[in-house]
Amino acid sequence: MTKELITGAELIVRSLEHLNVSTVFGVPGGAILPAYDPLYDSPIRHILARHEQGAGHMAEGYAQATGELGVVIATSGPGATNLITPLANALMDSTPLLAITGQVASTAIGNDAFQEAYTVGLSMAATKHNYLITDASEIPQVLKEAKYIATSGRPGPVLVDVPKDILNQKTGWVEPKDLDLPGYKPTLEPNPKMIQQAANLIKSSKKPILYVGGGIIHSNSHKELYDLATTYNIPVVTTLMGRGAFPDGHELCLEMPGMHGNYTATTSIQDSDLLIAIGVRFDDRVTANPDFFAQNAKVIHADIDPAEIGKVREAQVPIVGDAKNVLIGLTEALKGSELDTASWINDLREMKKNFPLNYDQKDDGPLKVPYVLEQLQNLTEEEAVVVSGVGQHQMWISQHWNFTEPNTWLNSGGLGTMGYSLPAAIGAQTAFPDKLVLALDGDGCFQMTCQELITASTENIPIKVVVFNNGNHGMVRQWQKIFYNSKFSASELTHHTPDYVKLAESMGAVGLRMTKKDDVKKIFTEMLNINDKPVLIDCVVDPDDMVFPMVPAGGSNDQIIMNKEDLKQL
Amino acid sequence: MSERILSVLVEDKPGVLARVSSTISRRGFNINSLSVGPTHIEGRSKMTIVTELDAVEQVKKQLNKLVNVIKIVELDPEMTIETEVLLLKVSINKDTQTSVIEKANLSSAKSVDVGQDYAIFEMTGSSKELNKFEKLMKPFGIIEMVRGGRIAIQSNL
Repeated sequence: MTKELITGAELIVRSLEHLNVSTVFGVPGGAILPAYDPLYDSPIRHILARHEQGAGHMAEGYAQATGELGVVIATSGPGATNLITPLANALMDSTPLLAITGQVASTAIGNDAFQEAYTVGLSMAATKHNYLITDASEIPQVLKEAKYIATSGRPGPVLVDVPKDILNQKTGWVEPKDLDLPGYKPTLEPNPKMIQQAANLIKSSKKPILYVGGGIIHSNSHKELYDLATTYNIPVVTTLMGRGAFPDGHELCLEMPGMHGNYTATTSIQDSDLLIAIGVRFDDRVTANPDFFAQNAKVIHADIDPAEIGKVREAQVPIVGDAKNVLIGLTEALKGSELDTASWINDLREMKKNFPLNYDQKDDGPLKVPYVLEQLQNLTEEEAVVVSGVGQHQMWISQHWNFTEPNTWLNSGGLGTMGYSLPAAIGAQTAFPDKLVLALDGDGCFQMTCQELITASTENIPIKVVVFNNGNHGMVRQWQKIFYNSKFSASELTHHTPDYVKLAESMGAVGLRMTKKDDVKKIFTEMLNINDKPVLIDCVVDPDDMVFPMVPAGGSNDQIIMNKEDLKQL
Repeated sequence: MSERILSVLVEDKPGVLARVSSTISRRGFNINSLSVGPTHIEGRSKMTIVTELDAVEQVKKQLNKLVNVIKIVELDPEMTIETEVLLLKVSINKDTQTSVIEKANLSSAKSVDVGQDYAIFEMTGSSKELNKFEKLMKPFGIIEMVRGGRIAIQSNL
């Protein structure tokens, strides 16, 4: 019997189906066109983005909300180069992403053909791994490998570049083999000796801190974290990427440390005698100047990526392994022990009381973002998925929103990609059509990818967008105020900003506006009652508000600027 | 800073050299020498990377993250057999010819091509020996010199 002949393009679609991909995001174009033909007949849902960057962030939002692979498709040349930002973003935040790009015909590669870019070379430093397909028969195996590499170990983006002639090449279906990746074997099980050493350190610690981040969320180990922390009474700080890994509001939860972290979280690390760091990478936004970071603390550092251990801070106990296994191991190894942390927890409770986060919302004054956020959260009964842009509003959300579940806080932490919020929210809402998905964005960020609101309307994706409109690049303005004598060079957006309400309406969404305290509840209630189309709120806020606490870049976490008054001493 | 020698076993796949070298340069480290060639195992190549680094541990870890990198061994200089290859084209004339060839012979360089006004020598040895030979030839007028990357192997001592 002769084998059924199918094209490379059909192999791609069939492989995606075999890999249980149900949704892809993308933009077609010349080189990738053959793949869009069989995609049309596939049960896979394709969301047509307005820009490849948007498609990439959609796939990231989908992946971050579900913990599963996000898939994006783009054409060669500009399609692929537009994907570089989401790829780099996914690499920094360890998001499992598969990008499939069209390439000019293999016979034309290297000849500067129309829409040719060296995609494999361009994306090399922005991906965990990438491939150039040279024969259609490779496709099923490569896509199987790509999914495995993207989702296992420390997750990340993988790109597969496919020349147009290969997409059209006819071959038979080739059943993928068992994976053979001699150079890729993530260590999941921690070394028991290291676990024992860590447990011994924890037992003798008087001031331990669980310093946890995105690794907890990627390994789906929030329950194991909760067990460890609550069984042995260890306070927890959750980094920007780890918000939701441990429930806010719990007595042991100190929330976010670092540059704009709250006083207690940042100071608890400085005062600690033992950092139990799990799934974190000692990012500079957490440590400030590492020479002054947690100077009295020993460090247990557990991560699935061995390259993170010792990169910034030497660890007395290095543990390579999956966070879930590490947490289970530690809980087991500590069995029967009682930690003497009562007075430490009491000190921290006092600190929280004495140094709360605050804001000053006047009845007739301009709206303050923290106030608006609190009102919005009060009105939402269910656990919303909150998707942020980058800048002041992002810090305020992380500070003031109460996160109690993992995968409900999506943001661009490592790369700091403005424009992430709206498309990522579309991706999250696609995965969870019935959940409340909030894109809480800045006006500077929103203008970078706002065309994707059309995607949301067209595809009936009822996200709720709040644009915090301060007419400025707020965080840039804040830095210019503090470090550049209030010389507002190129940070003002005010002169020709669009009317966001009309813009939303013109894009098929509902547009609303709030400008004063009295509007807030009414407008939010109206927004929450609309579920058949996207809604955008133009939320006009105080342009002069600043995010505090603050530790200037490269400073010491012992010197926290708490408010405007503290700035005068700089 | 002293030299560190990394022996890196990789899959023989397109782009591996680019991945390795870009990983190193991306983290701001310099390479003194890099050579790649096949091994006795099919589908496997060996890279010998010589670098001067304090942060060699971090580079090893970053390289290990590459999917096509199978194993990295840092060679102990005390127990390492190392060699490098050189081709050198030097000017000769009636007056210098004998002297050049004599010096080359004493350095155990092999003459591979001799013309009217030039001679080409081939030499393998340690970097030190090759440097010494280059110095010896310099006064006669070096026309061109090519050196291959350094390769190294662990001894069984």
